[in-house]
Amino acid sequence: MDPKTYKFDTLSLHAGYQPSKNAGSRQVPIYQTTSYMFDDVDHAAALFNLERGGHIYSRMSNPTVQVLEERVCALEGGTAALATASGMSAIFLTIMTLCNAGDHMVVSSQLYGGTVNLFRLTLPKFGIKTTFVKPRDTEGFKKAIQPNTKGIFGELVGNPGNELMNMPEVSNIAKEAGIPLIIDSTYQTPYLCKPFEHGADLVVHSLTKWMSGNGSSMAGILVEGGTFDWMQNDKFPSMTEPYEGYHGLSFAEEFGPTAFTMMARAEGMRDMGPCLAPQNAWNILHGLETLSLRMEKHCSNALKMVEYLSNHESVAWVSHASAPGHPDKELAEKILPKGTGSMIAFGIKGGKEAGAAFINNVKLASHLANVGDARTLVIHPASATHSQMDEATLKFAGLSHDMIRLSVGLEDFEDIVNDFEDGFRAAKKPRLVANK
Amino acid sequence: MKFKVRGIDTFASTGGRPFDKNKPLIIFVHGSGLSHMVWVLQTRYFAFRGYSVLAVDLPGHGLSSGESLKTIEEMGNWIGDVIGAVGCKEASLVGHSQGCLVTMECVAQHPEKIKTLTLMGGASAIPMNPELLKLAEESNPKAVDLMMDFAHGPAGHFGGHPVPGLYHLNVGSMIVQNKEIKDTLGVDFRACDNYKNGPEVAKKLDLPTLSILGAQDRMCRLKDGKILADYIKGSDVKIIEDCGHMMLLEEADQTLEILKKFIAEHYPLPN
Repeated sequence: MDPKTYKFDTLSLHAGYQPSKNAGSRQVPIYQTTSYMFDDVDHAAALFNLERGGHIYSRMSNPTVQVLEERVCALEGGTAALATASGMSAIFLTIMTLCNAGDHMVVSSQLYGGTVNLFRLTLPKFGIKTTFVKPRDTEGFKKAIQPNTKGIFGELVGNPGNELMNMPEVSNIAKEAGIPLIIDSTYQTPYLCKPFEHGADLVVHSLTKWMSGNGSSMAGILVEGGTFDWMQNDKFPSMTEPYEGYHGLSFAEEFGPTAFTMMARAEGMRDMGPCLAPQNAWNILHGLETLSLRMEKHCSNALKMVEYLSNHESVAWVSHASAPGHPDKELAEKILPKGTGSMIAFGIKGGKEAGAAFINNVKLASHLANVGDARTLVIHPASATHSQMDEATLKFAGLSHDMIRLSVGLEDFEDIVNDFEDGFRAAKKPRLVANK
Repeated sequence: MKFKVRGIDTFASTGGRPFDKNKPLIIFVHGSGLSHMVWVLQTRYFAFRGYSVLAVDLPGHGLSSGESLKTIEEMGNWIGDVIGAVGCKEASLVGHSQGCLVTMECVAQHPEKIKTLTLMGGASAIPMNPELLKLAEESNPKAVDLMMDFAHGPAGHFGGHPVPGLYHLNVGSMIVQNKEIKDTLGVDFRACDNYKNGPEVAKKLDLPTLSILGAQDRMCRLKDGKILADYIKGSDVKIIEDCGHMMLLEEADQTLEILKKFIAEHYPLPN
């Protein structure tokens, strides 16, 4: 006897939506509205006081966005989700729900540059400080925890250097300390890894990337695993003590495995309002329908690219967890059995100048500040996505000036290679000039 | 709030309002392996409209201490003790699934204390599938997966939670897995399987009773719910279409509307 609950591919097409409740519309309708009619005064009061479910105002929730939230939640194996205007707003909302002024976070140093800036420069304005730890320094995460630490945050596969955080071991450290582990799983998508199965308590995504794949829309999401016991200690009073904003409601007592998301929506979306536009939610939903198919091709193209780059005379080094000799290969095989994703970092011989020549001369690969598009993307992080970092921070984040960040797309592999050959040919020229 | 019942720390959600023993009391009793959290879309409404509400965690469940009670009769008697423990003399009861058996037993043992009875997804007997019972008693998480599959109708399986962003199946699953499965779900399933007094108890009930049934219920099937309602003198029956066993969440609004009307008619607030 086995449960007949729907599986991954079915959920990616159907979860969160019932046509029978939407005029029979097979496709999810776009509810392009700001607000929702109340039945009467009693109904309005009940909605505002979280006595019953439903929509009030699209800053808080929207039926189209709700489908996306439930669908991602189902795919991740979570209890609740909250979609936001971007991945960065999902991270900001998560930290602002978790922390108060005077609190502290332990954070992996290898992150998207915008996330580094958030923890390094912006959150201190709110009295939230951060200790950065290199992703492979598992013991370092433990040592960095202070009495006022409220969580550990990291990308499973770090951007852009592809160093892996040992999620199961870091999760044990977080559990021992009675704090949640928050994983940015943008690079993996739930197709490659479900962080809740490896000890994460909260997951965030930039849905702008592989989850949609179409490169059309910004979106982010917070997903709750329902695993963290907020009442185990006194570290999270805003979750466990009566909350004045809702007549003394204790989120942890009342909502249990969905408490964090309920609070993030009730307080964070109410007060900060980084809501997702329904049109963008709809665009992301379209992408999600083909997540498995796309991720499979992303990964197979990436494996071929790793082999091609590893054997190329113009390439100094290649970083991808599938690459022979990658320090995290064994861990990746355990946590990411379906594939290690389509992000590759490589060093081009000739350094920064060669890198610039390469990027300026590829034509099929798009030079832009995004990853996870269906199309192949390239960028030179030190001069773009991570350009606001000083030399020391770049070094600590594992970035070098010769690094090219490659997001492998779904094009025919031979076409990508032909394009790269043009780039490598151009990259050789400055070196020849320099040698003279 | 936490209070003592038979000397054991007991938790009950008061629906977000301070408990007041002078207000009419409604007690909500959860199903197998679950906790007060399943009632959030009913309890807060009544708590903010003049009633005192207790969505109890049975012993050993949710935030309550102690060990799970092993028979439906013991659980029914325990609910009777809850009423006295909070300084009240009477209450209306609302039960879901196993909670229906428990609340019926409570009425049978403490008829003077109970004013109305609402049974959601009930049946006069809940015999367990032997394989499911074995899995639960072995703390096998597959028992929870099977329970979530059987318990949810179309809404649960596809989604469309009344609270934006929540996903039915995983919320239910995590509530159950909050405790060791064999100590809560396993004990509860065994208690349900052993309980044979349902028809006799139901036939003796003599108080305003409402049965809310899900047309797509695969846990306690609609026909079994109707049979139970037929045993109970004058029982009102409301059927929710396209709904499984978890009507209190899957169709929370319809469930609340039905319950509101029943409570307003049979257990009104004092003038």
